[in-house]
Amino acid sequence: MAKTLAEKVWDAHVVRKGDGEGANAQPDLLFIDLHLVHEVTSPQAFEGLRLAGRELRRPDLTIATEDHNTPTLDIDKPIADLTSRTQIQTLRNNCQEFGVRLHSLGDAEQGIVHVVGPQLGLTQPGMTVVCGDSHTSTHGAFGALAMGIGTSEVEHVMATQTLSLKPFKTMAINVEGTLRPGVTAKDIILAVIAKIGTGGGQGYVLEYRGSAIRALSMEARMTICNMSIEAGARAGLVAPDQTTYDYMYGRPHAPQGAEWDAAVEYWNTLRTDDGAVFDVEVDLDADSLEPFVTWGTNPGQGVSLSANVPSPADFGDENAKAAAERALQYMGLEAGTPMKDIRVDTVFLGSCTNSRIEDLRAAADIIRGRAKDPAVRMLVVPGSARVRLEAEAEGLDKVFKDFGAEWRFAGCSMCLGMNPDQLEPGERCASTSNRNFEGRQGKGGRTHLVSPVVAAATAVRGTLSSPSDLEPATATALTGTAV
Amino acid sequence: MEKFTTHTGIGVPLRQSNVDTDQIIPAVYLKRITRTGFEDALFAAWRKDPSFILNQAPFNAGSVLVAGPDFGTGSSREHAVWALKDYGFKTVLSSRFADIFRGNSGKQGLLAAEVAQDDIELIWKELENAPGTEVTVDLVSKTVQCGNIVAPFEIDDYTRWRLLEGLDDIGLTLQHEEDITAYEATRPSFKPKTLPARLS
Repeated sequence: MAKTLAEKVWDAHVVRKGDGEGANAQPDLLFIDLHLVHEVTSPQAFEGLRLAGRELRRPDLTIATEDHNTPTLDIDKPIADLTSRTQIQTLRNNCQEFGVRLHSLGDAEQGIVHVVGPQLGLTQPGMTVVCGDSHTSTHGAFGALAMGIGTSEVEHVMATQTLSLKPFKTMAINVEGTLRPGVTAKDIILAVIAKIGTGGGQGYVLEYRGSAIRALSMEARMTICNMSIEAGARAGLVAPDQTTYDYMYGRPHAPQGAEWDAAVEYWNTLRTDDGAVFDVEVDLDADSLEPFVTWGTNPGQGVSLSANVPSPADFGDENAKAAAERALQYMGLEAGTPMKDIRVDTVFLGSCTNSRIEDLRAAADIIRGRAKDPAVRMLVVPGSARVRLEAEAEGLDKVFKDFGAEWRFAGCSMCLGMNPDQLEPGERCASTSNRNFEGRQGKGGRTHLVSPVVAAATAVRGTLSSPSDLEPATATALTGTAV
Repeated sequence: MEKFTTHTGIGVPLRQSNVDTDQIIPAVYLKRITRTGFEDALFAAWRKDPSFILNQAPFNAGSVLVAGPDFGTGSSREHAVWALKDYGFKTVLSSRFADIFRGNSGKQGLLAAEVAQDDIELIWKELENAPGTEVTVDLVSKTVQCGNIVAPFEIDDYTRWRLLEGLDDIGLTLQHEEDITAYEATRPSFKPKTLPARLS
């Protein structure tokens, strides 16, 4: 029978088929190839193992890093926040006790867990990947079935290297055409979420398909898969292809020699069969897509950057209308205001969505030879220590610093404000992160989700802007990198 | 896990859609390493507003949260479930739950009952007209009752069975340890391992 990619990966990991059929079926028991661990969602799971006298079944399929709580300044000093420091120390103690590989603050491989896995070559096509973090969907860019789990499930994976799961439905997201200059992967996924809503993907695995997806780099595909969860889908994936293999080849944990050949032969089978049927298909036209930005307090509340702030009256559904009213009030916005008239206080370039080297390059290409709006604060937080080193080797740190941006150490940072990088009440931010929830980036903070190039253009003009709104740069010509 | 069969308690109408887990428990509270003691963290930002529903008697003594669609979206933090439980909630009613939140609830004995939005609207009106009205959520018959309203709710059979029996998930899985070992023996050698560590 013809199968979708997600179904193939699922079937290859069934340890035990659940009894029964149809609606009454028990969950399948799936083997987990890679378990990523960080400090926030793991302490209670390790403690659970200890209390039950259970062992960590597969330390060799587990890896930990410190990211959510870590400061992005003064990383050579003890963490000032005592509860953060305790949580980090707890992870270190647990990893030592249970034999888990850990990349700590200061280590060249430390960073956001979803940047570290792919960078080390640990994320590979056809795998099952889990982490106690909803943005685990990122790893789906490699054709892996990757999903976020809660702490009880973290403990379950630690003890059994499996998860009990009910099969998902499948949804194809077909993106055909060619992106215009200045339009990026971030705009694709924000447009998808606006189209299907924050609950639209609930119960589904999304497969991103079509010529526009094929043309994207691996890092751009990661940006798209990363935000699958914001559409309610636990996982989203892209079939592996030559772009995937080129990205992986030579990475530390990529297969080598004959193993590489065997792996590629298997990976080549990882695509949706002709004739396989998705439960739902959604089409998006890449040709007409414009830079996209959110105006509200959930990631589905987005519009084209050239549009106006919508009015609650535009929404037919009573819940959507009420949500829009509340969002406008929280965001301090008037319906009908052009999005491009909105002034921001802060620009955040970072997070597991957009903190990889291509994101930094794309933003640097926009600001090179330009001046920052003096009223705007800009934070640049590379996704990992490795990305930071790479950027410095290319001189990008100098571009950001000359522009007037702050060049920070790696971590989740202002995406969720668990460390000192937070917005003040009422402060407005153009952010390359993934969530514009109330208070997400700091109590009372107002977030507009944008792509790295829109973030960079906004830092120049001080108002939400696309690269095409900018005057020509003075010193160096634009290279116009499309991500 | 404690068994859940039926619960009766004061219903709390939360007229809002897309209640994400950052609202249920802001990130600043996630630095703790315990599994309990999160009652003060529940809806921490919203509770600073005196007009918020949980700041009003008798709703502050509620144990059945009746929310709008897309409850529990966003972050996977199980702390959201712990905070609801620590505050005293036994069950949440919504027409649609985010997948991860629903899963976390099932593991922790918080009943996430999927009730049609039309019925949610009726229950909201009843609870607003007669504050303090109790809601009964019966997992055996899969029904919710509030005043004269009786409505069915959905929950998947496996989670229902585990809640009714109070079963530990890990214990259930470990009954199939032989299957796991057999699977592990077939895993292709080209698949990566984290140990020994290879570095750039």
